[in-house]
Amino acid sequence: MLDLQEYKCLGAALRVALDRWPDEVCLIEADRDREKARFTYRQFRDAALPLARALQDASFPIGTRAAIIMTNQSKWLISAYAIFFCGGVLVPLDYKLTPVEQIQLLVHSKAEFLIVEYHAWKAIAQASNFTTLATRVVIVTEAPASADRAGAKRWEDFRGPGEPCFVTREAKDPACIVYSSGTAGRPKGCVLTHENYLEQCMAVTPIFPFSPGDRYLSIIPTNHAIDFMGGFIMPFTGGGAVVHLRTLRPEFIRDAFTRYKITYMAVVPLILTNLQRGLRERFAALSPMKRRMLNALISINRALTHRGPRLGLSRALLKDVHQTLGGSLRALLVGGAFTEPATITFFHDLGIPIYNGYGCTEACTAITLNDQKPFRPETVGRPVPRMEIRTRDQDAEGVGEVIVRSKTIMSGYLDDPEMTAETIVDGWLLTGDLGRIDATGHLQLFGRKKNMIVTEEGKNIYPEDVESVFEGIAAKEYCAFATNFLWPARTMAGEQLVMVIRPESGQPVGEQTAASLAERNRRLLNYKRVSGYLIWDADFPRTASLKIKRAELADQIRKTVGREAVIPL
Amino acid sequence: MTTIEKTTDDVLQLASAHFKVPREQLRADDDFFKTLGINSLQALDLLTRLEQHFHIELPDYELQGVSDFRTLAERIQSRL
Repeated sequence: MLDLQEYKCLGAALRVALDRWPDEVCLIEADRDREKARFTYRQFRDAALPLARALQDASFPIGTRAAIIMTNQSKWLISAYAIFFCGGVLVPLDYKLTPVEQIQLLVHSKAEFLIVEYHAWKAIAQASNFTTLATRVVIVTEAPASADRAGAKRWEDFRGPGEPCFVTREAKDPACIVYSSGTAGRPKGCVLTHENYLEQCMAVTPIFPFSPGDRYLSIIPTNHAIDFMGGFIMPFTGGGAVVHLRTLRPEFIRDAFTRYKITYMAVVPLILTNLQRGLRERFAALSPMKRRMLNALISINRALTHRGPRLGLSRALLKDVHQTLGGSLRALLVGGAFTEPATITFFHDLGIPIYNGYGCTEACTAITLNDQKPFRPETVGRPVPRMEIRTRDQDAEGVGEVIVRSKTIMSGYLDDPEMTAETIVDGWLLTGDLGRIDATGHLQLFGRKKNMIVTEEGKNIYPEDVESVFEGIAAKEYCAFATNFLWPARTMAGEQLVMVIRPESGQPVGEQTAASLAERNRRLLNYKRVSGYLIWDADFPRTASLKIKRAELADQIRKTVGREAVIPL
Repeated sequence: MTTIEKTTDDVLQLASAHFKVPREQLRADDDFFKTLGINSLQALDLLTRLEQHFHIELPDYELQGVSDFRTLAERIQSRL
């Protein structure tokens, strides 16, 4: 493992890593059961440097912003390294956003370069706001030979002759602009510095150390802070390897575990519950006798691991179960959204080393980690090393807003000093999440102060961002809220959005309005949809500039009606 | 050559059988996440089933932004 204290920037650390373990495998790309590419550290360097040279030949001054829109694959990491090598700022964008949203973020980030998979570029080139795109150079991967690339260059041919010039950055310089959420409304581009990443990596690697032979299965999109750290920076600075799988189909994920002897994987709760379902189905198919035996072994394992995981013992006791996950798994990390304690308990009882965590992009990923020593599935664990954590404005039960301070906290939101000042106060990041820290330092979460939701897939959704598709519906005014913001609930599970409708005077909200709401709702990506609507028979309170006073409206609604008034869509 | 109507019908039949929802409850323009009560990973399961039936390979990204049976059938049709 590199001593990251010696480095000021990601490019420098990665550059040394590529020379430190030249013959170790650093990256494998598989699609279903086919291995598409495999790179040693030397081969990775040899693939990235001509790309870096070509970027520089296309004029890439220090600090140039370059965006990536790709599914998890080898060209993602090769391109990212080339950008860091040239002293650029990486803008990793979510490939699951709509093309219109991607363009909005490209414009917001002022990215001059875009490296993008062909299918995504094709969709972007057909988007209604394509003409607003101002990227100077677009490089597409895997474009068919005859494809119309709409002016883009082919990644595979984008190679410059000669050595590129390595450009170093200072610790406080921006490394990435990561959009934690927001597209149409007010994009939240977290500016994360080289120091943020190096600090986070130093804090987390003692818990999840990488060395040659260790392999991380990368299935959370790499633009997500969790995968960028766990599926790039951590393994690469430790001599480990990343395995990319270009499908999320459960049968191939299971296959990859065994085939590649995976040691680490990070998942969002949605994938974890899917794995749980798969294992449950397997258990249900066992004969009654085998089922009884399994239950007995699970009970023994549970009793023997209550104080902390005992991996060797669990692997011996529940060999078949562990074999389905390859038999080499050292940690299954779950983050990105709230995980039900029952799901954590299920895996813990099987002796699968599960770590749930809590974090946010603004803090460069992890704030707390739960190593289950002792078993506390109702909490998100204790702060990672060098992370200060407090709660403020506590209620009678000790629940308050979680605030954190560390060198991993972003420098701010891109081009939004006002929102930055509201979020980082005296060096403390106000998370907007409500929690309680107990005597042992464990954090338990109890909901949110802010008007937003996080889905099981780890997507942050702000109500303001879904409102634009409802423009033109038969209503005087409308406004979206997180249901738990309107009616606080002490949970972060099953969060939903609700649309509040103020009908035109004298016009009842009938089937037609509901149908038009449902139709508009379907234009949103499935995880962004509102779950129902609420009729509100009074004008919305507004500011002098006619903006809706959301907090005041929420207060009025809360005092008048309850959740039962929501009509499902 | 299979028509889009036949492809759509096959998609509906297979979705009905795979998720055990009566065929008559499914319509081509339905939002399959809602009608079938499934999440995005379960939708990928359906994609695997459809691949087997149509003898094609559909990358995961083909499902991106698709939430109704008709559009899904169109994506399949373009690869037949």
